[in-house]
Amino acid sequence: MLLLTAVISVVMLQFDWNGVAGSTEADDVDLLLDVMIVLSAFVYAIVLVMLGYSIWRYRAKPGDESDGEPIHGNTKLEVAWTVIPTVIVLFGAAYSWFILDKIEARDANRLQVDVTAQQFAWRFEYPEQGVTSTELHVPVDRQVELNLDAIDVIHSFWVPEWRVKKDAVPGKPTSVVATPDREGSYEVVCTELCGVGHSTMRAPVVVEPQEEFDAWIEDQGGTTGGGTAGGGGGETALAAEGRQLFDEQGCSGCHTLKAAGANETIGPNLDEVLPQRSEAEIRNSIVDPGAELSPGFGDGIMPDNFGDALSDEQLDILVSYLVDSTQGKK
Amino acid sequence: MAAALKQPGQPRAFLGALIGGAFGFALVVVLREISGLPTFQTEATGYPHVIVPAITAPLGYLVGLGIFDYWFRWAAGAPTRPEEHSQHGARSLGDYFKFNTDHKVIGIQYIVTSFIFFFIGGALAMVMRAELAQPGTQVVDPGVFNGLFSTHAALMIFIFVIPIFAGIANYVLPLMIGAPDMAFPRLNGLSFWLLPIGGLLFVTSFFVPGGAFDAGWTGYAPLSTGAPLGQSFFNLGVQFAGASSVATALNFLVTIVTMRAPGMNFWRLPLLVWANLSTSLLVVAATPFIAGVQFMVLFDRALGTNFFQAAGGGDVVSYQHIFWFYSHPAVYIMMLPGFGIISEVISTHARKPIFGYRLMALALIGIVVLSYTVWAHHMFVSGMFSWLRVPMMITTLLIAVPTGIKIFSWLGTLFGSVLHLYSTSMLFALGFIVTFVMGGISGVMLGMVPLDIHVSDTYFVVAHIHYVLFGGSVFTIFAGIYHWFPKMTGRMYDEKLGRLHFWLTFIGMSGAFLPMHWIGMEGMPRRVADYSAQFGDWNLLISCFAFLLGAAQLIFLYNMVVSWRWGPRATANPWRAKTIEWQVSSPPPIYNFDEIPRVVGGPYEYGVPGARHAIMAGEEAEVKAPEPATVGGGRS
Repeated sequence: MLLLTAVISVVMLQFDWNGVAGSTEADDVDLLLDVMIVLSAFVYAIVLVMLGYSIWRYRAKPGDESDGEPIHGNTKLEVAWTVIPTVIVLFGAAYSWFILDKIEARDANRLQVDVTAQQFAWRFEYPEQGVTSTELHVPVDRQVELNLDAIDVIHSFWVPEWRVKKDAVPGKPTSVVATPDREGSYEVVCTELCGVGHSTMRAPVVVEPQEEFDAWIEDQGGTTGGGTAGGGGGETALAAEGRQLFDEQGCSGCHTLKAAGANETIGPNLDEVLPQRSEAEIRNSIVDPGAELSPGFGDGIMPDNFGDALSDEQLDILVSYLVDSTQGKK
Repeated sequence: MAAALKQPGQPRAFLGALIGGAFGFALVVVLREISGLPTFQTEATGYPHVIVPAITAPLGYLVGLGIFDYWFRWAAGAPTRPEEHSQHGARSLGDYFKFNTDHKVIGIQYIVTSFIFFFIGGALAMVMRAELAQPGTQVVDPGVFNGLFSTHAALMIFIFVIPIFAGIANYVLPLMIGAPDMAFPRLNGLSFWLLPIGGLLFVTSFFVPGGAFDAGWTGYAPLSTGAPLGQSFFNLGVQFAGASSVATALNFLVTIVTMRAPGMNFWRLPLLVWANLSTSLLVVAATPFIAGVQFMVLFDRALGTNFFQAAGGGDVVSYQHIFWFYSHPAVYIMMLPGFGIISEVISTHARKPIFGYRLMALALIGIVVLSYTVWAHHMFVSGMFSWLRVPMMITTLLIAVPTGIKIFSWLGTLFGSVLHLYSTSMLFALGFIVTFVMGGISGVMLGMVPLDIHVSDTYFVVAHIHYVLFGGSVFTIFAGIYHWFPKMTGRMYDEKLGRLHFWLTFIGMSGAFLPMHWIGMEGMPRRVADYSAQFGDWNLLISCFAFLLGAAQLIFLYNMVVSWRWGPRATANPWRAKTIEWQVSSPPPIYNFDEIPRVVGGPYEYGVPGARHAIMAGEEAEVKAPEPATVGGGRS
């Protein structure tokens, strides 16, 4: 039994079950998992050995019509298998509680990021730096607090390598902290079913040294006036603003639009459907998406609240951006 | 034809459904005309001209079927038909399509109906696995996919696992306690006929504008409150399935408390009866919560209320609290009857008394009490009060203790046994221990907040629920069906095909659900039509095993259908079991017993010389002095 426990434990501990660990929280969670793997291996080994032994030892021969020994119970054994599991799970609970407090402790100098989720895109706002982006950039080895909000339905923020997750709930602010300690590119994955585009609701995460992060912030800070984050050097200020709206409002989460580098297929391909349409028609399709549908796309896929989310001025900018980028400048 | 429409039965039921539907439709149209509203409201979530008939047509169907005839006559002071219970027994296939008050007929109706929906739900899973075999979108688009997994889960949970346990217990439980029928036979008939209505509402949602309900079986608001028409069919289907559950549970409670044979005190009850007693306690108190919360969603959708609309002052998270206050006890509703079945099967096929019988019964009660205190472990990342997480974690982990007691007691029962490994029901019972303990372990891990934060809403959860619901509940269902098949049909099934079914099912289920643990831990979220390419190989493997698992169920279907029709005749007691249902003919006579048996000892006295559980009519002479009753509590 102990041998089997040891074998299962050793084999199971060879793998990084949770994948790459990219935060200090991840190390704590993975240690808890390893402890649980050993305890579970012990319990499972007892069950398998008792079961296997009984099958090997007591298997009836064909035609055997005898009965087994009339054992009705054994108080000592019954007390043992009530008390021992109780102790094991209470230990597990105490240890989990300790880890939970540890991974949720807030650092004083943490970076604040306001995260807004909507069907089917993420938006990240850095209130202290005055930057808004569709990518999450964070400096390495500094705790980041993500303050989550959702516009339409419940979404859930998860970076698997950080081992942290929290729902973004409409009307109920939530927050979660992580301390990334490994540079690289990751993804925010939405884990709460949020509609037809749920499986592709992702956003890039970049963990980088403080200097690169500062450079990125500066880059972004310059975008509100002119120039853009993602290339397209010749764009005018108006186009840059339109492009930003296109990203911020989550359009790029569902549509393909070459000019914005978007290539999702939940909604119609804008490069294909927009060239034949007038400004008024495009505007109407943003405000009331159900009124006129592209072939192959049903009603209700696109949120119908953009009329409220965008001011008239913003709508003008977005429409002229779409016209310009799909029909050429007039 | 006219005569057929006057008699209770299917023709009159369909007429009733037509009249009911027309009445509901006309009601909406007329009221909207009078109020000056547009006749049809087809925007957003409304569709009152579909929702109201979806309520009135089923009620018309039930009236037409004749379920309320006796009650209506009685209430109106008209003479009730003197020969009540004339509908007992089924003499032809057609009798199964009529309103019947015989618990054995209702049991068969339940079991067959649930299996029909099991195969429909399974077919939906096969389409899902076809889509998931490769990354990207090949077979169905994401919208349809969301409808597939939502309907798959709703059918399997509400129309298969929960009701089939009610069906098995319906057949077996009155026999086990020495009762001629259930306490309320007419209510029992009504309970059954509500069930296919719920299932049909779920399935027909595929054919309404906007497609099937697609917010998951959990139907979280506000995704569900803003979803297309199909969601309303889910809201209504749950009402019918839920009402069916509650009525059956009441019936079981009253039957178990008041209709036990003389001498059947509580410590002589077979554990299946204890298990259904515990389950019924959960159903009557918990199920009204899901009925209520689905009405709240329906009201938000159709009547413009704001229960779960943040913008209108509603609270989004409260949906999850009410939903899980039912749906966590529901996982025990889906497991405790299975525990009962396993106790019967293991004791009989290992020829031994259940080890620690009393602790086994008390463990069931312990699970009932604890299961009301753990619901929020589904909500560790939901943004609820964060202080609630630790107490809920502790109760969640503690519930492993009574569950562990049951596992160890079964293993203790095997010790020193004469283990009949060739009976299919025993294979499923032992397979159940292997898979269910695995599901229990992943359940303990999910109960720990830090681990749950990482794997919540990933394929790890999908793996866990299939280990406890398929490796757990469904294995016990198969064990029970094979065990009582001879009793119910009077025929023997093909044991070779049964064993083949077990092994293919066991391999298919392990291959399909085991790898889901690690792709979940590595980062694959659940309920997705598409996923990162890195998980492609594992998903292809999972799909292959899932198809094997699906194909294996066709062997079961063939075995059951062919054996029921052409199998060799079964004797009264092919397994040489001690409980009362095996002491009568297979299948048992109408009203079960010529004379109510007298219970003189425990239900599992294998290997005890001269011990008896019950004395049947005409046996008095051969019986030695009964052993003294142990602890009191029963009536005699």
